[in-house]
Amino acid sequence: MVWDWLPVYLPRFVEGLWITIKLFSLSIFFGFALAIPIGLVQVAGPKWLGYIAHGFCTLFRGTPLLIQLWLLYYGLGSVFPYYPGLRESFIWPILVEAFPYAIVAFSLSVAAYEGHVMKGAFQSVPKGELEAGRAFGMSGFTLLWRVWLPRALQNVLPTLAGEAVLTLKSVPLASTITIFGVYGVGSIVRQDTYRTYEPLLFVGFIYICITGLIVVLFRWLENRVPSESQM
Amino acid sequence: MSQAVASQSDSHSDTSAVHVEDLHKSYGSLDVLKGVSLDAHDGDVISIIGSSGSGKSTFLRCINLLELPSAGKITIAGEAVKFKPPKKGEMQAADAKQIQRLRTNLGMVFQSFNLWRHMTVLQNVTEAPIHVLGMNKAEAIEKGEAMLHRVGLYDKRDQYPAFLSGGQQQRAAIARALAIEPQAMLFDEPTSALDPELVSEVLKVIRSIADEGRTMILVTHEMAFARDVSSHVIFLDEGRVEEEGAPDKVFNNSSSERFRAFVKSVR
Repeated sequence: MVWDWLPVYLPRFVEGLWITIKLFSLSIFFGFALAIPIGLVQVAGPKWLGYIAHGFCTLFRGTPLLIQLWLLYYGLGSVFPYYPGLRESFIWPILVEAFPYAIVAFSLSVAAYEGHVMKGAFQSVPKGELEAGRAFGMSGFTLLWRVWLPRALQNVLPTLAGEAVLTLKSVPLASTITIFGVYGVGSIVRQDTYRTYEPLLFVGFIYICITGLIVVLFRWLENRVPSESQM
Repeated sequence: MSQAVASQSDSHSDTSAVHVEDLHKSYGSLDVLKGVSLDAHDGDVISIIGSSGSGKSTFLRCINLLELPSAGKITIAGEAVKFKPPKKGEMQAADAKQIQRLRTNLGMVFQSFNLWRHMTVLQNVTEAPIHVLGMNKAEAIEKGEAMLHRVGLYDKRDQYPAFLSGGQQQRAAIARALAIEPQAMLFDEPTSALDPELVSEVLKVIRSIADEGRTMILVTHEMAFARDVSSHVIFLDEGRVEEEGAPDKVFNNSSSERFRAFVKSVR
């Protein structure tokens, strides 16, 4: 094995790592922010809204993320230039970047998977505890924020940790739309040096480190409140 | 409905913590409550007894609108609950904010405790004072700890509910209800989910609350306790008040055949 390329490319890997982490955490953040209402309306909302949310989950969980990404970037992205006035507008600089497309595609995917998880999570909270909240005069919002959501999350934290790791491991797909995360940088090394395995091993190593961090973070969250299964 | 209730509702005054008039509740074609009235003045301890299916829990849950009645009037702390015309056989609350506010006058204790399991005992007790009543945190904690002292759970304040026995959980739930300083306490079969050996510790706490002059409405199967602690007993049968009055009068010389049969059956 030859590792003499590593010091040369290390700065680029650091940049790539930053991009990977940025894409991952922004997608989790926006995706999860969407997943809460998507889960909630399927349990408590008006019926038609529940159907829409359910349809969204089915569609996005049922198709490959790679195809969603391409349809957004190559499909929608190539329609935009013909849209009158868009080229001159202030959002044009965003629309020509690949990164925003990746954020949207990944966030929607996270929203669909976690939205499905959150639906079950909301359902799993005992009715009596919600009733107690109402009996003590809580408004709908207070009840959601103080009882329903934290109680739901407590039940599904291990599942969410698993989903987060899966999302992380989908990030290399973004290299197909010119986003050079750690995997993208690894490909550059391969093209430049004709070394195949060493860069791949190194990329894998970085991924396992991030995965470890995510697992530790979620374990810390889980330990803050004893879960039902420990009781 | 008996004569006594009718005359009581006439004398209804501002000292009445909870006043219910001619409450009806049906699920589809099933009539659970067929016109039940109740008047709880400050300091009253009213026990509602009856066999299962008599509608007593439904009646209690209608008082704080966890169930929506089909017809009737409810007044809490002198304020009438506003209703809209019924939909699908249930009256609709006209003003959600009003209901939320009125509910803080009623401290509810459930059969299955219903503590919030992601919070410690103390957090359960301080939750409504802080996040519903807007009390400041230090004050709420001080009060909450006092309440936990009262029910003998101060040393368990940082435990999660799942680590407590049923009796301890129910005492914590009582402390939670006391902490909002309600005008009236509502107990929905507070000892029915408990192992027999844990019943007495909970009854002891309930009795001590009754002794300090708190207004209470209590749905229970504990006949001896109801007789002992109540100022007024209501016997519900098939959704109607079959018998009611002071416990001595009711238990000793009831004219109701059904009531005597019921008392015999639970002994």
